Amino acid sequence: MRIKIEPRRQISRPLQWATPPLSVLATVVAAFVLFACMGYDPSRALYDLFVAPLLSLQGLTELALKASPLVMIGVGLAAGFRANVWNIGAEGQLTMGAIAGGGVALLFYGQDGVWILPLMCLAGILGGMAWGAIPAFLKTRFEVSEILVSLMLTYVAELFLSMLIIGPWKDPEGMNFPQSRMFSDSALLPTLVDGTRLNVGVLASLAIVLIAWVVMTRSILGFEIRTVGSAPAAARYAGFSRDKVVWLTLLVGGGLAGLAGVFEVAGPIGQIIPKITPGYGFTAIIVAFLGRLHPLGILAAGLVMALSYIGADNAQVDMGLPNAATGLVQAMLLFFLLASDFLVRYRLRLIRPQPIRAEEVPA
Amino acid sequence: MNEDSTNGSGDRLELRGLTKRFPGVVANAGVSLAVKPGEIHALLGENGAGKSTLVKMIYGILQPDEGEMLWNGVRTAIQNPHAARALGIGMVFQHFSLFEAMTVLENVAIGLDRPERPAKLAQRIREVSTAYGLPLDPDRDVHSLSVGERQRIEIVRCLLLSPKLLIMDEPTSVLTPQEADRLFETLRQLAHEGCAILYISHKLAEIKALCDRATILRGGKVVASCDPKNETAASMAQMMIGAQIRPLQQRGGGTAGKPRLVVDGLDLPAEGSHGIALKGISFEVRSGEILGVAGVAGNGQNELLLALSGERTVARSHAVMLDGTPAGSLGAARRRALGLCSVPEERNGHAAVPEFSLTDNAVLSAHGRLKLCSGGLLRAGRALDFAARIIRDFDVRTPGAGSAASSLSGGNLQKFIVGREILQNPGILVVSQPTWGVDAGAAASIHAALLNLAASGSAVVVISQDLDELLAISDRLAVINVGVLSSAVPTASVSLAELGLLMGGIHGAESAPVDHVETRELANAH
Amino acid sequence: MNASVLVPLLVSVITAATPLLLAALGELVVERSGVLNLGVEGMMLVGAICAFAAMSTTGNPVLGILAGAAAGAATAALFGVLVLTLASNQVATGLALTLFGIGLSALIGQGFVGHPIPILPKLAIPVLSDLPVLGPLLFHHDILIYLSVAATAGVAWFLKRSRAGLILRGVGEADGSAHSIGYDVIRIRYYAVLFGGAMAGLGGAYLSLAYTPMWAEGMTAGRGWIALALVVFAAWRPWRVLGGAYLFGGVAVLQLYVQGSGAVFVPTQVLAMLPYIATIVVLTLISSGSMRNRLNAPACLGKPFRPVG
Repeated sequence: MRIKIEPRRQISRPLQWATPPLSVLATVVAAFVLFACMGYDPSRALYDLFVAPLLSLQGLTELALKASPLVMIGVGLAAGFRANVWNIGAEGQLTMGAIAGGGVALLFYGQDGVWILPLMCLAGILGGMAWGAIPAFLKTRFEVSEILVSLMLTYVAELFLSMLIIGPWKDPEGMNFPQSRMFSDSALLPTLVDGTRLNVGVLASLAIVLIAWVVMTRSILGFEIRTVGSAPAAARYAGFSRDKVVWLTLLVGGGLAGLAGVFEVAGPIGQIIPKITPGYGFTAIIVAFLGRLHPLGILAAGLVMALSYIGADNAQVDMGLPNAATGLVQAMLLFFLLASDFLVRYRLRLIRPQPIRAEEVPA
Repeated sequence: MNEDSTNGSGDRLELRGLTKRFPGVVANAGVSLAVKPGEIHALLGENGAGKSTLVKMIYGILQPDEGEMLWNGVRTAIQNPHAARALGIGMVFQHFSLFEAMTVLENVAIGLDRPERPAKLAQRIREVSTAYGLPLDPDRDVHSLSVGERQRIEIVRCLLLSPKLLIMDEPTSVLTPQEADRLFETLRQLAHEGCAILYISHKLAEIKALCDRATILRGGKVVASCDPKNETAASMAQMMIGAQIRPLQQRGGGTAGKPRLVVDGLDLPAEGSHGIALKGISFEVRSGEILGVAGVAGNGQNELLLALSGERTVARSHAVMLDGTPAGSLGAARRRALGLCSVPEERNGHAAVPEFSLTDNAVLSAHGRLKLCSGGLLRAGRALDFAARIIRDFDVRTPGAGSAASSLSGGNLQKFIVGREILQNPGILVVSQPTWGVDAGAAASIHAALLNLAASGSAVVVISQDLDELLAISDRLAVINVGVLSSAVPTASVSLAELGLLMGGIHGAESAPVDHVETRELANAH
Repeated sequence: MNASVLVPLLVSVITAATPLLLAALGELVVERSGVLNLGVEGMMLVGAICAFAAMSTTGNPVLGILAGAAAGAATAALFGVLVLTLASNQVATGLALTLFGIGLSALIGQGFVGHPIPILPKLAIPVLSDLPVLGPLLFHHDILIYLSVAATAGVAWFLKRSRAGLILRGVGEADGSAHSIGYDVIRIRYYAVLFGGAMAGLGGAYLSLAYTPMWAEGMTAGRGWIALALVVFAAWRPWRVLGGAYLFGGVAVLQLYVQGSGAVFVPTQVLAMLPYIATIVVLTLISSGSMRNRLNAPACLGKPFRPVG
């Protein structure tokens, strides 16, 4: 008797949706072992990571607040991944969005006006789009890999940010710290629940999930994106343009990352600082895959990953668990997910030699 | 060693009850046959009969689930192709096992198990290939060679092993009739030297001409064994298919109406270094007419299909006229709106998206003509209805429209694709390889559907490498060779020899000089 | 500019280029076998911290170098299991490997931040190192620099002249053909992936043992990605990888030199952007120049393979 691996003729839908939660479970087990090996009390670490944040209103609002950018970026990236457009520079697009949106806030510093926030959002979207447009242009015009270009631009964006806040945008009363002034109130997102940091950005994320859901599953545009990604030759045959899809997904991905950047600086942070996110642009890649590139799945996946961020802060304060452990656990989650994909596409069968029967033979 | 392991019958290879299962199908069920030294033994069967699986087991690429193999009377398990070659088994694949970006020399070297010095190997390649009438330059890059020359590499790779058994999988499907004749000479020479040859084909005429014995496979089982010289093509066809083939209705000529597709001086540059440029393609197809385009694989058939379907466009709009409208610069979607539908050769990933459902695959090409979307949103109900109609009208065997295209057999998927295009009522239909890898029943129904479409007033272009198919269904025939299309002639007045010369003609001049000479000699003889 | 200025400058170009060269050579072999491993950055980081940790605890530079190579190969093995055995998406898995390497190296490195270690010793080649100009320029380096040049020659010979190299190229060119002829495509790709990991690990080890003998989180600063770009730039040819690496080393040194000299007033960040922008510019020039480069790409690059039966 031996195990035989057979490709499924059609991928298994139930397994496709069962494997992400199973991967989360496997990650929890692996994290348990990892923490134990590192000499921490693993039960307490897991409690800090995954349970404690859910037990208070504060924790829940923070969860939504952190999930919001992850979901927003993840939805945009997923559209690209579906089309085989590998934008991995969302971190840079987010940074440029934050710079553009934050720049508007600083430009109208001290002024009042309901138009300031919308203008910041618009600027942030455009800033992110501009950073997405560069790989789109180079890909459609010269076939340059969008993977490398979008990533290189992330480093450029971070250096650009650093240049601004060390130079012209430095807070004049900031005791020479590399950060901007605190934004005026009219440049800050209104909060939804008093006493918490939960702001309207969360609602925007939810709206984006719903719009993306309709577009990706019900519209001809989503159909084009899926076709270009699954079978480029079939897309040409159907009359769909790959270049249009490349532009579209990179602009949407960049724009959403840019908007997320504005929401960070106009939300919980309230100013421009050297490190705007703990790597949301990269974590959103994991979110997109964990959510099976489906907007609703990404919403759930975003909450899981946000939990790990808040939990990590918890565990660090509570028991000194290093933050680096979170990054490792997040990456392990993606590994487990990618490995479990095998079961979605292949079937394992135990076979034992058996005599041939007449009815097995097709007529 | 087992006592029954030697049988003294003098068979070079004997198979006893070989069985191989794949998911959902038994490819070979208890296959037994024997090949003697010096014998050219045909393995005959339809597409999907299990011929390729059987020879892959002999060559060690696949392992049988049951049964045994005897090599010179000794029971032998062939674990992998290295072991097969060590025994003296050589194989020429239908889909070549070559490496495009490498030279002929490197391609041969990688297929040998004992390394040789390059200079010495090059010398041997020259000697052996000349000795068997298959001249090859070891320093050429493979991608610059014609399909026939590429096959020579595969053959020479085997000949260098001094094979005791040579397996040839559909070798003539890529050759002109003249090239095939020369290959037969080589094979007879080898057999004469004592090599056993297992010859896979579904072409009855060449089996009658070449082979000493034939084993016929159907549905994975041996259904008959015969001496082809004592059989007629019809009797072997009956054994192969298991039923009488219904002859196609004779086409009534001369009913063609107004020109619907007019191509005038269409030029298209080659794409990449492996592509073929189209040069001055001109033809017209009238309402009610089927134009057949014959040619050896890789002579610009794909490019022609892309240029007609609109997947590749040209600047000069008047190069392609659809019902009088210049369309050369229009893309696929615009041409479809004008009434031109197409079926490309490759089903998976070109004509259909494997992981999409049949409904989504119906949307793929029909979303515009059948208004399967409005206001940017897909109309799921209409799409489902259309998919269901294709499945019903074209007898597609599937659990339902929600099944993925990848779950269908090749023949069923082809029926679905052809059905999807025909049910859009195209004024012009361009089809490439309509029955490639399709069983006889499905092929007959696809041919009937094409004839019906033409009868209803559409213009149809059929691009195919299967001459029998073209002779059966087309009104006029043209031949494509290195991107140049010959002028079309009425099918009724064309001979196989003429077609063969057209298929080989210009190609020979651009490859090895020997081809050129022989083609000319043949032309003179003609 | 005289030799006393020029020689140290050129030597610093060589040192800046070496980690790129090592990692890119490894990735070149991986890609020639038809596999795209985007996790170079992650493998370099794990190699860097493991080499540093071994050096810091044992004080033995050889053990440090070996630890770096082994750690890189071990990380690559993880990638191999996913991509080769489980046929996962190569792009996604490569990204995962990078994220994994960033996390793992940061975790291991917790206790090593700020530790001093001795710099990798220089090995002067007898006689030759005494030559004026050429001596200090070419014959007074640490072992990894010699190794990187030897590896270039070795990889070039392997691919062009050896039978194993022919088979490796064949697997990357037409996996189906190689399989039909009887080669174990998956196993050959495993060897390539492990080699690539070891080389990336060496590249990382060079950073933490010789270039800046210390550990800092994310100290590769995108060099793994630049190495990936170098492979494309070099059209999958070993000696062109060497040229490309030295070119990028030059850009990096130029930036430091201009910064240090204060001769030109440009914000330091703009200068620091140079290597990244140069990467984009070079990739664009290569891609737009002609079709030649793209035609050189192994035909099976990035495509998963699983034998049937």
